[in-house]
Amino acid sequence: MPKQSNLLPGSAWLKQAALLLLLLSSAAMAVEDVVKFSDESLRPRYQQLLEELRCPKCQNQNLADSNSAISQDLRAEVQRLLEQKLTDAEIKEYLKNRYSEFILYRPEVNRATWFLWAAPVVLVLMGGLIVLRLSRRKKNSGSEEADLPVRSTDQQQRLDQLLNSPKQGSE
Amino acid sequence: MNRLTLFIPFALCLALGAFLFFSLGKDPLDLPSALVGEPFPEFALEELHEPERQVSTDDFDGQVLLVNVWATWCFACRIEHPWLNSLAEQGVAIVGLNYKDHRKLAQDWLGERGDPYQFSIFDPRGVLGIDLGVYGAPETYLVDAEGIIRHRRVGVVDERVWNEEFRDLYQQLVDDANAKTE
Repeated sequence: MPKQSNLLPGSAWLKQAALLLLLLSSAAMAVEDVVKFSDESLRPRYQQLLEELRCPKCQNQNLADSNSAISQDLRAEVQRLLEQKLTDAEIKEYLKNRYSEFILYRPEVNRATWFLWAAPVVLVLMGGLIVLRLSRRKKNSGSEEADLPVRSTDQQQRLDQLLNSPKQGSE
Repeated sequence: MNRLTLFIPFALCLALGAFLFFSLGKDPLDLPSALVGEPFPEFALEELHEPERQVSTDDFDGQVLLVNVWATWCFACRIEHPWLNSLAEQGVAIVGLNYKDHRKLAQDWLGERGDPYQFSIFDPRGVLGIDLGVYGAPETYLVDAEGIIRHRRVGVVDERVWNEEFRDLYQQLVDDANAKTE
């Protein structure tokens, strides 16, 4: 690239650079609609809400990702509500009343969802309990086995001998 | 140890499998509706054919009626339209909600295909659409005489859907309304 531009006269090079910058800037703007806030402090909240709200039309995209018509409308709606000084919770409530809980990517704890929220804790507790019981049983059964006269002293001696012999043999 | 307890993990797996299997049959597009049992949201919008006339829930006039969300850009609405025409002929009150559309296009569309609507709410920006939780067209709402939404159908209402989901409920609501006025 620099090699090529060196061949061009000064003004042509400038033109090319300007064109390139123009193209780049349009690409950057195309990523998201330009949203203007009266107060820039609303912007991070806007982004956060779009991440957490689900597009009702598209199953598994949030409002920030989706470019469907309804998502565009709902983004505008979120912006409008933010400008009206509603809190995040109020905005979610507002949309929930219209689009049902489906729209919340982080569902509230209620009769239908408590199991969803409790399941991880319950499963970890159950797992812990099983591990605890297994380890205890192992310990118990281990000591029981030691009490049993499985091997006589003769056999033990012979076993020791066998276990030690390869070591001696290798030397 | 009780040998039966050995079957607990197996039973749990079986239960999980059954749960997942039956969940497969559920339509993921079937959203729970937030507005069934709630009053139809208040609105004040222009009528499609008469821009100077403003319509609101008062124009429902205490009838049991259908509110049908449609648009000229909505392909499925074309499929649905003949059945709405025939419902209107049978005496079912239908109100149109022209959703995010152009007035002229919508008027021509109804001129071509017939107009089953008592009146049409013109909602070019989808304001009422958002209050209703509309996320596509067509959608159809059954509203009772008190203005409460009793049923919602996302997608085409044809004869089959009408018979399965609407007919009995509609008839019951009409009977209730008649019993009250007598």
